[in-house]
Amino acid sequence: MKIRRWFGKNGVMLLGILVIVYMYIPNVIVALMSFNDSSKNPRLYSFQAFTLDNWLHPCAPDGLCQSVVVSIKIAIVATVVATILGTLAAFGLVRHRFTGRGPMNLVLFLPMATPEIVMGSSLLALFIAGGLGGKLGFWTILIAHVMFCLSFVVVTVKSRLAGLDSNLEQAAMDLYATEAQTFRRITFPLVFPGILGAALLSFSLSFDDFIITNLNAGQTVTFPMYVWGASQRNLPMQVNVIGTVMFIIALAVVIIGEMGAMRRRRMLAAR
Amino acid sequence: MSSMASEASRDLQLTALHKEYPNGFVAVKSLDLVIPAGSFFALLGPSGCGKTTTLRMVAGLEEPTAGTIMIGKQDITHDKPYRRPVNTVFQNYALFPHLSISENVAFGLKRRGQKETSQQVKEMLELTELSEQAQKRPAQLSGGQQQRVALARALINRPEVLLLDEPLGALDLKLRRAMQIELKQIQNEVGITFVHVTHDQEEAMTMADTVAVMNQGRIEQMGAPADLYENPATTFVANFLGQSNLIRGTIVGKEGDVVKVNMQGTVVSIPAGRSHATSGDGWVGIRPEKVLIAPHGEPIDAPGNHMSGVVIDSSFMGVSTQYLIKMSWGQEMMCHEQNTGRRGVIPPGTAVDVSWRPEFAFLLDAAQDVDAGREED
Amino acid sequence: MLRRTSTRAARKTDMAPLSRRRTGYLLILPTAVWLGLFFIIPFYSLLASSLFDPTGSVLTGYQMTWHFKNYVDVLVAYWPIMLKSLGYAGLATLFCLVLGYVLAYAIAFKAGRWKNVMLVLVIAPFFTSFLLRTLSWKLILADHGWVVNAMKHVWLLPPDGKILFTPISVIAGLTYNFLPFMILPLYASLEKIDTRLHEASSDLYANSFKTFFKVTWPLSLPGVVAGTLLTFIPASGDYINAQLLGSTNEHMIGNVIQDLFTTTGDYAHAAALSVILMAIIITMVLFYIRRAGTEELL
Repeated sequence: MKIRRWFGKNGVMLLGILVIVYMYIPNVIVALMSFNDSSKNPRLYSFQAFTLDNWLHPCAPDGLCQSVVVSIKIAIVATVVATILGTLAAFGLVRHRFTGRGPMNLVLFLPMATPEIVMGSSLLALFIAGGLGGKLGFWTILIAHVMFCLSFVVVTVKSRLAGLDSNLEQAAMDLYATEAQTFRRITFPLVFPGILGAALLSFSLSFDDFIITNLNAGQTVTFPMYVWGASQRNLPMQVNVIGTVMFIIALAVVIIGEMGAMRRRRMLAAR
Repeated sequence: MSSMASEASRDLQLTALHKEYPNGFVAVKSLDLVIPAGSFFALLGPSGCGKTTTLRMVAGLEEPTAGTIMIGKQDITHDKPYRRPVNTVFQNYALFPHLSISENVAFGLKRRGQKETSQQVKEMLELTELSEQAQKRPAQLSGGQQQRVALARALINRPEVLLLDEPLGALDLKLRRAMQIELKQIQNEVGITFVHVTHDQEEAMTMADTVAVMNQGRIEQMGAPADLYENPATTFVANFLGQSNLIRGTIVGKEGDVVKVNMQGTVVSIPAGRSHATSGDGWVGIRPEKVLIAPHGEPIDAPGNHMSGVVIDSSFMGVSTQYLIKMSWGQEMMCHEQNTGRRGVIPPGTAVDVSWRPEFAFLLDAAQDVDAGREED
Repeated sequence: MLRRTSTRAARKTDMAPLSRRRTGYLLILPTAVWLGLFFIIPFYSLLASSLFDPTGSVLTGYQMTWHFKNYVDVLVAYWPIMLKSLGYAGLATLFCLVLGYVLAYAIAFKAGRWKNVMLVLVIAPFFTSFLLRTLSWKLILADHGWVVNAMKHVWLLPPDGKILFTPISVIAGLTYNFLPFMILPLYASLEKIDTRLHEASSDLYANSFKTFFKVTWPLSLPGVVAGTLLTFIPASGDYINAQLLGSTNEHMIGNVIQDLFTTTGDYAHAAALSVILMAIIITMVLFYIRRAGTEELL
């Protein structure tokens, strides 16, 4: 009976943890496979032998590291552009009143709700119609990435901005801060976490994108495209190294951010 | 510090100040007001009466539709908030969450270009008893402490006018009472003009030198708290400040310096200076604590006629007993009698005589709503 | 005693003066232009492409001939796959809803101070290439891998059963990949529910199940709607899971569109198929939103 009561209290939490474990199984596999020696049977995606070789020579496979560099370049530029444009738009939508806000919000929501295959193919159709059929590459990929990141940036920054107490800016002006000073010292610092979050989100969306990128890339190869192509033939285990490294970096960034927030919360609790 | 504000020429003057919104709603109706420099002024009224809107227009956070705002001879009507010698203590304090208490307090000084602020900040924190909290963040402070930070942050700039927008609303009763006393003391010390907006009539009467009662965008009556309380000019003021018994009567005529009114069969006299109606019907007003009550037949210390009624409720409140008396004409009157111990509580059902001393009665225009300003049940 | 009156409402509807409106337009202009050029207009391109003469190619160019027959061709040829895709996506969405709701509920109500840690854990796998993670499932669900062997042992699978290259693996893959998209909106919605409502409900004689169905579930509906849309829509167009984890029998409409575009170069039919997919999705979304009754999704 005691077990039943324990389940009643903690059952949901237990199930929740199981779901989380389920979500991480592939990550564990990716990490494990990064130590896999597939040299004997490259076509078989299965654990054969243990080796540190992949980690020692991560750029051995032809084109792997170049694809990573391309992905990073695109992600950085796309993040910067999308974050700037998206933040401006978020300010416009939250702080100013004008007709067209409703339609604009709808237009922003649509990319989040459209299947990638449709977005990618329609963009391709546009490029073809515009005569860029032979010139697909870095710039067309970039255009596509900014396009689908914008919605996420606007939504993220908008919600942070909407939660900002407007009294704070009024108080600043009451205390002799001009509009510019108010923005610099009050508004921007308080919105910044939202902007940062939006930037991180954009970066990961861009780096990991495959379907839209694949259709609009021409001869350029991004990391996901490399993985796709290689998986049809023989997948070098070094991609798992890259995957694991990405995961660790991202996890570290998020954990450090979260630790900072936890420290701040502990300070607040110590009244 | 007090000499700066004692110059009469730096009074705050609102002339025909008007605020109308595009949807037609008029928040402030052509307001005329002079607030003497160095005084503690309260704008009192229920939610939606326009007091906060008026305050915000003085602060520069709201643009008037018409009218002017002057400090002395300086027209600040259209000046930006950061150009006015006015600071505000906000209702929810509006402390900057990402800055420490010292940084919050120093904010105004720094924006005006002052580089060295630590000494003034230290003094101001001492004045508001916040020295221990200097390096903390607002979220780490209690409500009362946050309120003091908001005050310190505004006061440190030595504004000519300090605006307080219901600053004590979020505090519990004991703390509120303590802060009321503290604010009054600070105002006495620094001598700055305080304009305090509140809906709490006890608060306004305790703290302010002058109170203006606002209702639906207009000032109903303005004056010293005692004057407003004892001699209200409208039913709104009579009901909003404390409680009043308002009894309908017909004005019979003027005799010397009293006005005679036929009130439900009894003729009562009301001093001319306390009569705010001249002919026709009127509301005879008397405060519950001025109503004298005695079981039928026993003497009452008031000249003139007595009225009879029956006690239908008596509530023992410790300091006083509150009676509800059904009068012979059907109306229920309130009587608050201090528990001096001379006589026990009169039980419900007892027939009683009711009267009052005529110098405490007042007369209001019958055209006004008898329920105006009354607390909603 | 409530004293809120119309003044507050009046202040909020104060129309911004002209300069503010212009600033507003300026601020959204770059984004509006970008989306207009690269999202809205491409749809028109797509619509136009769907009416091209299908005998064109990248080399010979495309002729706009208002070839409505493309739509007919495509529907006749691919309606089974279309239905299959919607079915897979629907099932995956359902599983996501069940699993995601459990986790979102746990985080919102049972996690206490671990709330943020758990949210981080939900988002973190996101940061590894989803291709790699999907490939991992290929490994895990392999025919003679220990998962399949274990399931055969306990008779969950027949002795010659397999998971990989069956609809099961594709749906499992879809569920796995889109789970965060379901969890986050669900969590956002659940988090807003005042726990005192649960207390009030038990005070009024409802047991936990009743409380869930009568109080929690209805209040979480906006999150459910948002989550299911954000899951179903991308899932219905996905082809990665089908390609990696399924055989040609499990191909989804996304695979077909992708092949038509890249391998065959048949832009006209590919575009027609895309338009049909979008039309179906939009219809379902409108119908769904109206039924669920939530207007404000953002």
